[in-house]
Amino acid sequence: MTDKIKIAIRSLYKIFGDDPEGALEHVRAGVGKTELLERHGHVLGLQDIDVDMREGDITVIMGLSGSGKSTLIRHLNRLIEPTAGQVEVDGEDVLAYGEERLRSLRREAMSMVFQKFALLPHRTVAENAGTTLQVRGVRQRDYLAEARKWLERVGLTGYENHYPHQLSGGMQQRVGIARALTSNSPIMLMDEAFSALDPLIRTDMQDLLLELQKELHKTIVFITHDLDEALKLADRLVILKDGYIVQQDEPQHILLNPNDPYIEDFVSDINRARVLRVRSIMTPLGGGAPPAEAQGEVDFNDTLESMITRSGGDTSHSYVVVQEGAPVGVLEMTNLVKALVPRAASEAGARKY
Amino acid sequence: MATYDFLFDGLGLREWCDAGRTGDGPLSMADLLAKGGAGRETPWWDLPFPSLDALNEACGRIAQSRDATKGVEEGFLAIKDALRFVLDPLTQPLSWILEFALLVFEAAPWWVMFPLLMAVVYLATKSVRLIVFVTACLAFLAFIDHYGFAMQTLAIIFVCAFLCVLFGVPIGIAMSRSDRMQRMTIPVLDMLQTLPPFVYLIPLIFLFSVTEPKLYGIAIILYAIVPVIRLTDLGIRLVDRDVIEAADSFGVTDRQKLFGVQIPLALPNIMAGVNQTIMMSLAMVVIASLVSAPGLGVLVLRGIRNLELGVGLVSGLGIVLLAIILDRVTKAALDRVNAAQKI
Ligand SMILES: Nc1ncnc2c1ncn2[C@@H]1O[C@H](COP(=O)(O)OP(=O)(O)OP(=O)(O)O)[C@@H](O)[C@H]1O
Ligand SMILES: [Mg+2]
Repeated sequence: MTDKIKIAIRSLYKIFGDDPEGALEHVRAGVGKTELLERHGHVLGLQDIDVDMREGDITVIMGLSGSGKSTLIRHLNRLIEPTAGQVEVDGEDVLAYGEERLRSLRREAMSMVFQKFALLPHRTVAENAGTTLQVRGVRQRDYLAEARKWLERVGLTGYENHYPHQLSGGMQQRVGIARALTSNSPIMLMDEAFSALDPLIRTDMQDLLLELQKELHKTIVFITHDLDEALKLADRLVILKDGYIVQQDEPQHILLNPNDPYIEDFVSDINRARVLRVRSIMTPLGGGAPPAEAQGEVDFNDTLESMITRSGGDTSHSYVVVQEGAPVGVLEMTNLVKALVPRAASEAGARKY
Repeated sequence: MATYDFLFDGLGLREWCDAGRTGDGPLSMADLLAKGGAGRETPWWDLPFPSLDALNEACGRIAQSRDATKGVEEGFLAIKDALRFVLDPLTQPLSWILEFALLVFEAAPWWVMFPLLMAVVYLATKSVRLIVFVTACLAFLAFIDHYGFAMQTLAIIFVCAFLCVLFGVPIGIAMSRSDRMQRMTIPVLDMLQTLPPFVYLIPLIFLFSVTEPKLYGIAIILYAIVPVIRLTDLGIRLVDRDVIEAADSFGVTDRQKLFGVQIPLALPNIMAGVNQTIMMSLAMVVIASLVSAPGLGVLVLRGIRNLELGVGLVSGLGIVLLAIILDRVTKAALDRVNAAQKI
């Protein structure tokens, strides 16, 4: 993981309607989504979006239906043109691209995976996986060989000559992923790629994606409306609501410090012990020596769940947190217990009694 | 004294009318009738519709209906030469192709034609049952000595349906890509589809001589091209938007999108259009025997004209057999395409 910004979105606005420019004035003056629709007959797709996506990260964009997730991801390869703002890939303004350069961006720099798979029904699995290379003019023998390689990687060996309708949904989406991987592009855009799959297959696919990512280090933009999926995959989480960004940060941080009731609602129902990690709630050493009375050492990336098992539920314990062998902080079990209660729930509890 | 005198009197046009009345034109039926009942007042409930003839009675300056009909005819005859000058060379190849196809189909001995048609059926449908069925039908037609006529009909249908696809598919594609083009084309298609087949023949007979094959060729093509155009347009417009979006996201060119995605995915609809086009060609080729199209239609015509019931019925049966063959084969080909792209 580097710190290089791969994709930068700057004050992006998108308004659907006959006169987006005119409606933009109203939005800049503070008119919200519902009001814009009722009074001016325009749909506010996105407003004032600023996101930096780092190279090698999985950036997850989350939000309820209609919050503008698909609209946002389609700006990255300009399947949708913005009303105002900039989109930069590798520091270059994509919006200034002419037809030729845009096409080569779509062919070489980005590949996309779709919720409804969007495979070509009249072509075999291998031909489908090879489409991304075929459109670049690669010869059939070469693109089929490359496609076979990636089909094997996603676990579809033996299905090369089947047609999409002969495969299950999960397998079809594997073809979709293989197709994106075959293009060998550094950026992958995934619009609710796993939403159409049943929960078990879905977990499989998430694991597959993480496994591939460990090897390939692509820059992935992943859209979902499922918080568990988001927390599992995200290096960085962007939460959208009605077309604007409510909060964007590392997922652990959002979980511990939700800055909006909307997000508190979202996060109140998840199993925090399983998601939160030691590093997020430890007290950093800040150069000092680790305390002598600690019960032992724990890893930086351990989940709280594993800590509870380990301490046997004793809240008086404390542990030294180590990262790659060196002590970096202290974990007090009392802090751990506090972190397990979502802020909204604890406040509501306090009010009640 | 004519019914509508009051109108022209009221408008003060009497003088203008009378100045125009020459009175030496040929008498129309209405004139004769008026003469017979001259002097009698028309009761108000007998007031005729103010048609050209009725108005002409009151005012000689107004043309009679037969003059209008004549005007249309003269107008058409006036542009006929110009039209013909343009259309004749343009459509001449059609005559050649039809003559050539008829020649080939008639000249080829039956023992060449049978295997050839069987091969075509196999390529299109991969179905042995259909081959047997088609062969049996053709053998029956040959057995009752209608083979030659059936081949003539088939030759004309092949040529016309092929040309319909050749022109219809690109027109359909153009329609699917531009809403304006679609808006402009649909009224024309509606007209072609609603005009009774006989009406096509009228202007064509005057434009081309009845002995030329292109006369019926054009009539058949105009009549049968509509479904393939419509269904190509519809098919391409119905292609799954998600798949189009996916193709766009991989950076396809317009050409790659058209030939790699849109046409293949629209193929079931296009094939359904081709099926209808072939069936309509068959319907028209029978009617076109009125203008010297050879084939089974000629026999049907003979049956009607000479009241030869047997000839008419047997050739009618021949047409039904041809229709079934053509329909079955194209439907089977369509099913094959459909099976290959279930989603
Ligand atoms: N072409 C369009 N014309 C008008 N409005 C549109 C268009 N596309 C999207 N919208 C509107 O923009 C908003 C955001 O839509 P978008 O598809 O991005 O939502 P989403 O977050 O992807 O939702 P979902 O989870 O249902 O896919 C919605 O209110 C939608 O109605
Ligand atoms: Mg969406």
